Order: sequence, then C-alpha cells, then structure tokens
Amino acid sequence: MSVLVVAEHENGQLKAETAKVINAALKVAEGVDVLVAGYNVDDVVQSAANIAGVTKVRVVDNALFEYQLAENTADLIVEIAGGYTHILASASTTGKNTLPRVAALLDVSQISEVIDVIDSETFKRPIYAGNAIATVKSNEAKKVITVRASAFESQSEQSACEVEILSLALDNTLSSFVSVEQTESERPELNVAPVVISGGRGMQNGENFALLNGIADKLGAAIGASRAAVDAGFVPNDMQVGQTGKIVAPDLYIAVGISGAIQHLAGMKDSKVIVAINKDPDAPVFQVADYGLVADLFDVLPELESAL
Amino acid sequence: MKVLVPIKRVIDYNVKARVKPDNTDVDLTNVKMAMNPFCEIAVEEAIRLKEAGTATEVIAVSIGDKACQEQLRTALALGADKAIHIQTDAKLESLHVAKLLAKLVDEHQPELVILGKQSIDSDNNQTGQMLAALTRRSQGTFASKMVIDGGKALVTREVDGGLQTLSLLLPAVVTTDLRLNEPRYASLPNIMKAKRKPLEVIEADTLGVNLTPRIELLKVEEPSKRQAGVIVDSVEELVSKLRNEAKVIS
Ligand SMILES: Cc1cc2nc3c(=O)[nH]c(=O)nc-3n(C[C@H](O)[C@H](O)[C@H](O)COP(=O)(O)OP(=O)(O)OC[C@H]3O[C@@H](n4cnc5c(N)ncnc54)[C@H](O)[C@@H]3O)c2cc1C
Ligand SMILES: Nc1ncnc2c1ncn2[C@@H]1O[C@H](COP(=O)(O)O)[C@@H](O)[C@H]1O
Repeated sequence: MSVLVVAEHENGQLKAETAKVINAALKVAEGVDVLVAGYNVDDVVQSAANIAGVTKVRVVDNALFEYQLAENTADLIVEIAGGYTHILASASTTGKNTLPRVAALLDVSQISEVIDVIDSETFKRPIYAGNAIATVKSNEAKKVITVRASAFESQSEQSACEVEILSLALDNTLSSFVSVEQTESERPELNVAPVVISGGRGMQNGENFALLNGIADKLGAAIGASRAAVDAGFVPNDMQVGQTGKIVAPDLYIAVGISGAIQHLAGMKDSKVIVAINKDPDAPVFQVADYGLVADLFDVLPELESAL
Repeated sequence: MKVLVPIKRVIDYNVKARVKPDNTDVDLTNVKMAMNPFCEIAVEEAIRLKEAGTATEVIAVSIGDKACQEQLRTALALGADKAIHIQTDAKLESLHVAKLLAKLVDEHQPELVILGKQSIDSDNNQTGQMLAALTRRSQGTFASKMVIDGGKALVTREVDGGLQTLSLLLPAVVTTDLRLNEPRYASLPNIMKAKRKPLEVIEADTLGVNLTPRIELLKVEEPSKRQAGVIVDSVEELVSKLRNEAKVIS
C-alpha cells in the first residue's frame, strides 16, 4: 500500500484536520506521503513534516495554486497519482471540490466521508443523513477517498521527515479567483473545537447570538448554528452545522433554540455529550440530548454564563 | 444558452430512512419519494435564467428506473422545456451517472449544467465535479450566488472559511447549495401543461457506458444509538451534572 494524503491548508497554515486524515491513512499503510499544493506554503510544509507517520512531504509551491482551485489542483494530483494505491483528503469543502474531479480523471469511483477504515479496501461511511452506516468495499486499483476528520483522532508529532520540492506548473485556464469573504474569529474552529455551542431559529436575531459569546469564552468553545439561523441571516454560512454544513463531534455540544431536525442531528449527534436548551419539551433534539433543559433560552443563557 | 439540469429521485427529506432487518440496505418500500432538494434549487436557478432571458432552453434529465419520470414531470411543471429520462434499473455510482451525463453534454452542448451539490440519500457530493472533469469544463461547486456575464459565470461558493467567488469560463458545471434560491411550487395549470411537454426516454445501455459496479455494498447498519438522557430542572443542576457526572467542564 502506498498512500497520498492531500494537505488541507488555508492562509499559509496547515489545518488541524490534516493530522486526522493522516491518522485514517495510517490504518491502510505504515507511512504516508503528504502533498502540499499552494503558494507560500513553507509553514504548512513544516507542520506536515512534523506529523507522526508522514514519510515524505511533496511540495508544489507556485502562484498557480494560490487558491487551490479544483481544475489545476486535480490535474496536479493526477500527475503524481501514479505510484499510489490510495489518495485521501479531508471531506472539507476543498477536498469535496477537488477529489471527485481527481477520481473521474483516474476513472475510479470515489468513497466519500469515510468514518472508519476496516482494511485497505473496506470502509464505513454514513448515508441518508447519518441514519444508516454503510460498509463498502472498493474494487478499484486506486482508492480515492474523502475522510470525515471528526471521526478520527489526531496524530502526535515526529521530528521533521523528508521534503521533496516538485516543479509542476499546471495552469488553470478554466476558472479564476475573484474574491473571498472570510469570517474572522478568535475562537477555535468548529470542526476541531472541544466544545461547541450552537444557536438556532430560537435565537430570534443575529444580535442575540452575543448571548452565546460569554459562555463560549468560558468554555473555550466554537459557536455554530442551525441552517434556519444561517438562512435567516443571523450568522454567516460557515457556522452551519449539519448534513450539508460542518460535521462536528466535540466532547460537549450545546444546542440552544434548535429543534433537532434530521439534517441538523446529522452534523452533531456523534458528540460525546449533548445538551439541549429548548422551550418546547417535545422538540426532537431532546431525543439525542444527554441533558435537556426545558426553558426559555433568554432566561437561562445569562444564568448559565454566570454559573460557569 | 442551453441549460441542462440533472435531477435525482430520492427519499423525501422529511422521512427518516430505516435500515432493513437483514442489513442489506435501507428499506424504501412505501416510502415517500421526492426530487432531491438540491436539484429543486438547480431547476429553480435554470428557470430564473430562462425568465431573465439568459437561458433559451432548460432540459431536465434524470437517470434511474421508470419512477423518476414523476420528478421529471415536476421539473417540467416548474418550467423546464424538455425532459430526458435515461432508463436503467442498475444501482449507479456517481461516476456512472457522470459518465452518462457526459454523453448528453456531448450531444446537447449546454453552456451550463446545474446539478445539486449532493444527493440526500448517498450523500456523495461527487457527480458535478466528476462531470466537469469528464467534459473538461470549469466547475463552481456549492454555489450560493450565480451571475452570468458574457462568456463567464461568476459563482459565489459556500466554503468552510466563508464565501469564495470564482469566475468560470463557460461552458461550466455549477452545483447548488441551499441558499442559492428558494424554489417555487408548481401551479395546477402548469402541472397540467407539463403533461404535454416532451419527455424523451433513452435506454442507458445504448449510451456505451460501462455500468459495472466498482464499489460493493457489504452491509448497512443503524448508527449506534445514544443512551437516553435526562431532563434537568435548572441551570444549576445542568452545570453540576456537566461538572461532576459527565466531567466535560471544569
Ligand atoms: C437538503 C436539506 C439540508 C439541510 N441541511 C441542514 C444542515 O446542514 N443543518 C441544519 O441545521 N439544518 C439543515 N436543514 C434544515 C432542517 O431541516 C431544519 O429546517 C433546521 O435545522 C431547523 O433549524 P432550527 O432548529 O434552528 O429551527 P426550528 O426548527 O424553527 O426550531 C427552532 C426551535 O427553537 C425553539 N425556541 C424558540 N424560541 C425559543 C426560546 N425563547 N427559548 C428556547 N427555545 C426556543 C423552538 O421550540 C424550536 O424547537 C436542511 C434541510 C434540507 C431540506
Ligand atoms: N440518478 C441521477 N439522475 C440525475 N441526476 C443525478 C443522479 N444522481 C445524481 N445526480 C445529480 O448529481 C447531484 C449530486 O449527486 P451526488 O454526487 O450523488 O451526491 C444531484 O443533486 C443531481 O443533480
């Protein structure tokens, strides 16, 4: 087995989920290569080289890959795919954007959102918004896989491994970057935070999300939201937790004013401990909550903040 | 400009899928089926392009058994001009679907293909990207805004870090995210009119695509159930339980 993991990085920093994808990859092989494709990625390369289990970091540092657009990034991965039996990336929006393109160019079927590695060709993945778990076996010579990072542990560190610089300048004549609106936050990222507190439609407006800030500060939590809260414009899209948003599995998840639709539960029901605060005792969210508090959120959130 | 919209018949999003007792698959007998929600958004976007005079023709296509003609009729009732049913009883992977769609793209040369970003049954999120690769087109996935301008499509994408806008050279493949638009409902007169719109049926095996499965489904299980929780009476009790029982806060 020889495995390539595509590094997930943003703004010159390696994302924490890469170490989790590597953890998944190491269930297939004893060592893995990591591809870092981007521009000005020295820090990313260094961080990747220090993740235990990485044998070699292969680097393409070129302005052509600054925005990691799918068209030429996929071509690049296909260029170096030759020697590998497995190609893995995080099931992030970047991985989801690029990897199916790679799979099609290699003429293989992709396995999406793997949550467990049984052996080098057998994997588990959720289907139907997580209401069923499928065990699938790939008969492809090359396995192209996206990994649900929240389902895997992180890797420890090692002293830096070999770094190989590749000069592959593949142009993208099909698409170009125009702009980005990035949400700035001092808080931990949703998909790796140990605690997540999310607000739903029950929060009523964006200003009221401030009620979650103090609690998040005290718990070192990331703040998430339901789709209804995002659609209503209370908070930006990157805060959405669920089937079609971010998948989280923190030690503690607190759902505030969220009813618990299938699609929301799909994104958080693997959390270790779930707390639900909702004024409707029949809200489905209570069926997955370890601790439920039937109350008006506007009464209890300030109380909770001061009790912590 | 011609727009091709692939739509999929899936379990209704309000229905919770149940696993068959023999663990071979999910049980879909007598389950309410519907158009994949992301495909509804794709159809809506195409129709809006037509209403704006940007698109000249909207073709809906669905691949599957006879039943998916029901969703094609819905697309026609919503405003698609024409429907194509690629008929097969085979269980298809996204790669197969993308290859069949690539054949239609070759034939019809649409400037734009709009797909859903993901099917809510397989949760694959692959087909659009694969189709773009096979037809060597630009791709704009997870779109929450799209503007056609000259030979380009400006697509705003919902990405993990926020919103990213790309300029795609046409012809392009775009996949829809939830906030791209709010789909309309079909009116009764339009549902009646849709019955007279053309629906072409093509047998999948006449398209020269190898549909042999590459991935075997070995088992389908229920996810592990969560232990029944407790209802606490106060914030004080909640905090004490989190601290002393669950030990998740200090
Ligand atoms: C294809 C598809 C994909 C989807 N993907 C996602 C997804 O990824 N993530 C997601 O979250 N949703 C998703 N949804 C939407 C989902 O179906 C629900 O509509 C959504 O999760 C509802 O959000 P909510 O719980 O905040 O709102 P609601 O269902 O309106 O619930 C609000 C809750 O707040 C409670 N409440 C109101 N006021 C108070 C108060 N003062 N104090 C305490 N409680 C109060 C109410 O009792 C209610 O239970 C998707 C839907 C579709 C069709
Ligand atoms: N059988 C099918 N027929 C038509 N379109 C499909 C089919 N399967 C998938 N698609 C399209 O591809 C999108 C993404 O599906 P998937 O890659 O399976 O998650 C869907 O929203 C549809 O637009």
